[in-house]
Amino acid sequence: MTDTLQTQAPQPEAPPEAPKRKLNLNALLVEGRALVALVIIIAIFASLSPNFLQPENLILMTRHVAMNAILAIGMLMVILNGGIDLSVGSTVGLSGVVAGYLLQGYDMPLTQLVAYPAVWVVVVISLLVGMLVGLINGVLVSRLNVAPFIATLGMLYVARGIALLITNGETFTKLQGEPALGNTGFLSALAGAPLGIPMPVWLMVVFAIVFSVVLNRSAFGRWLYATGGNERAAELSGVPIKKVQTRVYIISGFCAAMVGLLLTADLPAATPRAGEFYELNAIAAVVIGGAALSGGRGTIRGTLIGAFVIGFLVDGLVLVGVSVFWQQVIKGAVIILAVAVDQLQQTLQKRRSVKRVQVQPRKPQATPAG
Amino acid sequence: MTEATHDVMTTAADEDEVVLRAVDISKTYGVTHALKGVNFEVRRGKVTVLFGENGAGKSTLMKILSGVEQPSGGQLVLDGEVVELDSTNDAVDRGISIIHQELNLCPNLSVRDNIFIGRELRTRSGIDYARETAITRDLMTRLEEQIDPGTQVADLRLGQQQIVEIARALAADARILIMDEPTSALSSAEVEVLFRVIAELTSHGVAIVYISHHLEEAIEVADHAVVFRDGELVATANAADIDLPWVVSKMVGRAAEYDFTGEPREFGDVALSIENVRVVDAEGGGRLAVNDLSLQVRAGEIVCLYGLMGAGRTELMEALSGRQPIAAGRAVLGTKDLKGHTIQERIRMGIGLVPEDRQRDGLVQLMTVGANMSLASLLTMVKRSLISRSSEKARIESGIRDVRVKTAGPQALISSLSGGNQQKVVIGKMLLTSPKVLLLDEPTRGIDVGAKGEIFSLLFREASKGLAVLYVTSEVGEALTASHRIVVMAKGRIVREFDPATATREEVMAASGEAGADVHAMGAEQ
Repeated sequence: MTDTLQTQAPQPEAPPEAPKRKLNLNALLVEGRALVALVIIIAIFASLSPNFLQPENLILMTRHVAMNAILAIGMLMVILNGGIDLSVGSTVGLSGVVAGYLLQGYDMPLTQLVAYPAVWVVVVISLLVGMLVGLINGVLVSRLNVAPFIATLGMLYVARGIALLITNGETFTKLQGEPALGNTGFLSALAGAPLGIPMPVWLMVVFAIVFSVVLNRSAFGRWLYATGGNERAAELSGVPIKKVQTRVYIISGFCAAMVGLLLTADLPAATPRAGEFYELNAIAAVVIGGAALSGGRGTIRGTLIGAFVIGFLVDGLVLVGVSVFWQQVIKGAVIILAVAVDQLQQTLQKRRSVKRVQVQPRKPQATPAG
Repeated sequence: MTEATHDVMTTAADEDEVVLRAVDISKTYGVTHALKGVNFEVRRGKVTVLFGENGAGKSTLMKILSGVEQPSGGQLVLDGEVVELDSTNDAVDRGISIIHQELNLCPNLSVRDNIFIGRELRTRSGIDYARETAITRDLMTRLEEQIDPGTQVADLRLGQQQIVEIARALAADARILIMDEPTSALSSAEVEVLFRVIAELTSHGVAIVYISHHLEEAIEVADHAVVFRDGELVATANAADIDLPWVVSKMVGRAAEYDFTGEPREFGDVALSIENVRVVDAEGGGRLAVNDLSLQVRAGEIVCLYGLMGAGRTELMEALSGRQPIAAGRAVLGTKDLKGHTIQERIRMGIGLVPEDRQRDGLVQLMTVGANMSLASLLTMVKRSLISRSSEKARIESGIRDVRVKTAGPQALISSLSGGNQQKVVIGKMLLTSPKVLLLDEPTRGIDVGAKGEIFSLLFREASKGLAVLYVTSEVGEALTASHRIVVMAKGRIVREFDPATATREEVMAASGEAGADVHAMGAEQ
C-alpha cells in the first residue's frame, strides 16, 4: 500500500530514500514469504481447478478476503500495540444486529411511535456501537490493567449476549426499507458493486490506504510502533501510552462494526450469530503477514497478503472439493507453518549476529607450569 | 605494601590452597577491552575481595568465572585442570555459584522449591518433597536462619532471601561462591548475619569471591584483596597489609582523560527548584527513597548527584520526570509547579529524563536511529495532522550532527550502534525537545572513556547555551572532572555539597558512605 501512496504523492526528498529500501529488505523477506505462499496457493488451485482464475471467481474470493482484511487491519493496530482483540467477531454480530434492529423500526419508549431512522443514521449508530465496544476494551486494558486477552475475551461474550438479547435470538430480514419511510438504500449502498467491484473490496482498499497513512505518516502511528516496541522507552519519551492503547481498540471495534454492516447487507439479514470465530481468521491474517504478537512489528501490506492467503486457501479448498474436515486441518497447518518459519528465520538471524560478535581469536596459551 | 602486580605465580607452599586460577584472562567487546590479561586466584576457605570503580572489569571477570560469558583469551584453571565454562549450569556443576545483586528467586515459590529449582530430587513417583524439605531444614540450621522450608519467598525480607540464595548454592555443593554487592540492599543487622554466614562457609572450606562498593565493609570481610583498574589487575595484597587509603589510591590511579573543571561558569536564574521532596520507594513497602530533599539547579549549571546504589538518586530522577509520584514537597520548573503533569506535559514544559537503563527505558530496538531520535518531539513536526517528512528529516539530521552519532544514517537500525552512540541518540532525542532542564541517570554507564568525554563535552556545550543539567553518577572521577557542583546523596537525603575544583576523591567517597560512614553507623546501632 505504501508503494501506491508514493506513486500518488511523490515526495521531494525521494532520492535519499535509497538506504531505506535496503533496510526494508528484511521486512520484505518476512512479507515476501507470505507472498510466496500466496503465489503457491494460487498456482496449486489454478492447476487443480480451471475455474479458480476465472474473473468471477477471483472477484468472489476477493469479496470474502475483503471482510477478513478489514477486520485484520483493526486487529493489526491492536497487535502492533502488543495486545489482542478477541471480541471482533462478536462486534461484527452486534453492529449488524443493531443496524437490522434500527432498519426494522423500533418502538420509542413511553410513546406509541415507531422510529425509522435514515440509513446514514443507522450506519453511524452501528459504527458507534462497535467503537463503544472498543472503548470498553481499551479502558479495561489501559486504565484497569486487565490483560488484553481477558478483557476482550469477556467482551466477546458480552457483545454476543447483547446481540442475542436485542433480537431475542431471531434474525432480522426486512432490511430493504420502505421509500415512504425514507430508510431505503442500506442494501444498495453496502451490497452494491460500483464499477463491477463489490463494496467490501472498495472499503478494504480505502481502509488499507487510510491506515497505511496513519501508521507511516502520523504521530499516532509512530507512537503505536514505539509503544509496541518498548512501552517504557515510549512513555519516557512523552508518548501518551494509555491513549494510544485505548485508541487501538476503538479502531479495531470500528473496523469490526464496518464488517458487521457489510456482512448484514451481503446476506442480507441481521443475525446475532454473525461473525462467530471471525477473530481467529483476522489474527491469522495479521500473523501470517509477518506481525509480531509481542508488538512493534507489522505492516498493512503484510496483513493484506495474510488475508489473501487465508481467503484464497479456504475458497480454493472448497472449489476443488476438499472435505470440510480436511479444510480445517490444512488451514491450521498453514498458519503454524507461516509463523514457525518466521521464528526460525529470526532465531537464525540472531545466532548469526551473535557469531559475528564472538569471532575473536583466542590467544594460544601455555598451560601454567604450577 | 605488596606489589605482586601481574605476578600471581605463587610459591609452592600455598599452591594447594588455590582452587581456581585465572590465567591471562582477557575479554573484548567489539573495540572495548573490558579485561586485559588478568591473572588472579581464589583460595580455599578464604574471602577474596575485588575492588575497582565501575567499569574497571570486576563484573566482567565475575561473568567469566560464573560461566555467563566466555573469555576472549586466557584460561581458567580449576583444581589444577584447565576448564571451559560454557554456561552458568556448567559452572554450578563444577561447584562455582554466583549470587547476583538482583536476587534470582521465584517469589511465588516456597523456599524449598527455590533451593531445588532445576535440580529437583526425584523418585519414581515424582519429586521427593520429604527429602528436599529435610535438606532445606539442615541448610537453614547451618546458616543459622530460622526459615521454614514451606515459606513463600515473597514473604521473606531481602536479607533472608539472600540467605536462600546462599542455601541454593550450598545445595548445589558450591565450593566457590561469588557474591556481587551482597550488602547493598541489606540493613546493618542483616549485614552482620551475612558476615557470620560467610565466616561459617569459609571455615568449611568454601572459597568466597566478594565484590562491594562499601569499601570498609569489604576490607573487614577480606582475606585477600585484588584491585582492578581499567580492565587490569593493578594490585594484590593480604587483608592484613591493607587499609582504606591504600585501596582508594590503587582504585583511582590515573586522572580521567577529560577534564571540564576549567569550563566557564555563568549561571542564569534557577531553572529547577526541588523543595522538600519525598518519594516513596516503589518496591519497599512505605520506605522513603527520597526524604525531604531540597536542591536548586540554575540555567547553565551542571550539577552532579553522586552517591551509592540505593541512595535514592534514581527515584528522585524518576519523580522529577513524572514516572513516579512526588509524595510530598514540590518541584518547580522555572515558575511552574510540576505537580499533576504527565511525562508528556513535562517534556513539553522543558524537563526530560535520559534513563539509567537505555536498553530497557531509552530505546525502541525495532525502530531506526531516526525514529528513535524524533520520538519525543514528533508533535513539533506535525503539519496538517501528518508528520512532515522534510521537517522530521531536517531535525533528525541536525540531532545526529549535534550529538555526533556515528551511524550509517537515520535509517540504520538502532541496534547497529555501539553503546556510546546509542546513548548519544537517547540524549539527542531529549535535546530535540528543547529542554530547559535535562536529567540524566548514569549517562556514561557501560560506555568507553572516549564516548564519555564526548557526552560530557556535549552537556557542557548545551549548558553554555543555558541548559540546566542534573545528572547521577557512581563514579567519583566523573563527578570531580565533569560538573560545576557535586551534591552527595545518601539514604534519600543530601549529605554534603562540594565544589569539584577543591574537593578530593576521598572526601566525596567518604561523604557518600562508600568509605566509612556506613560502618560507623552500623557500629552505633549495636
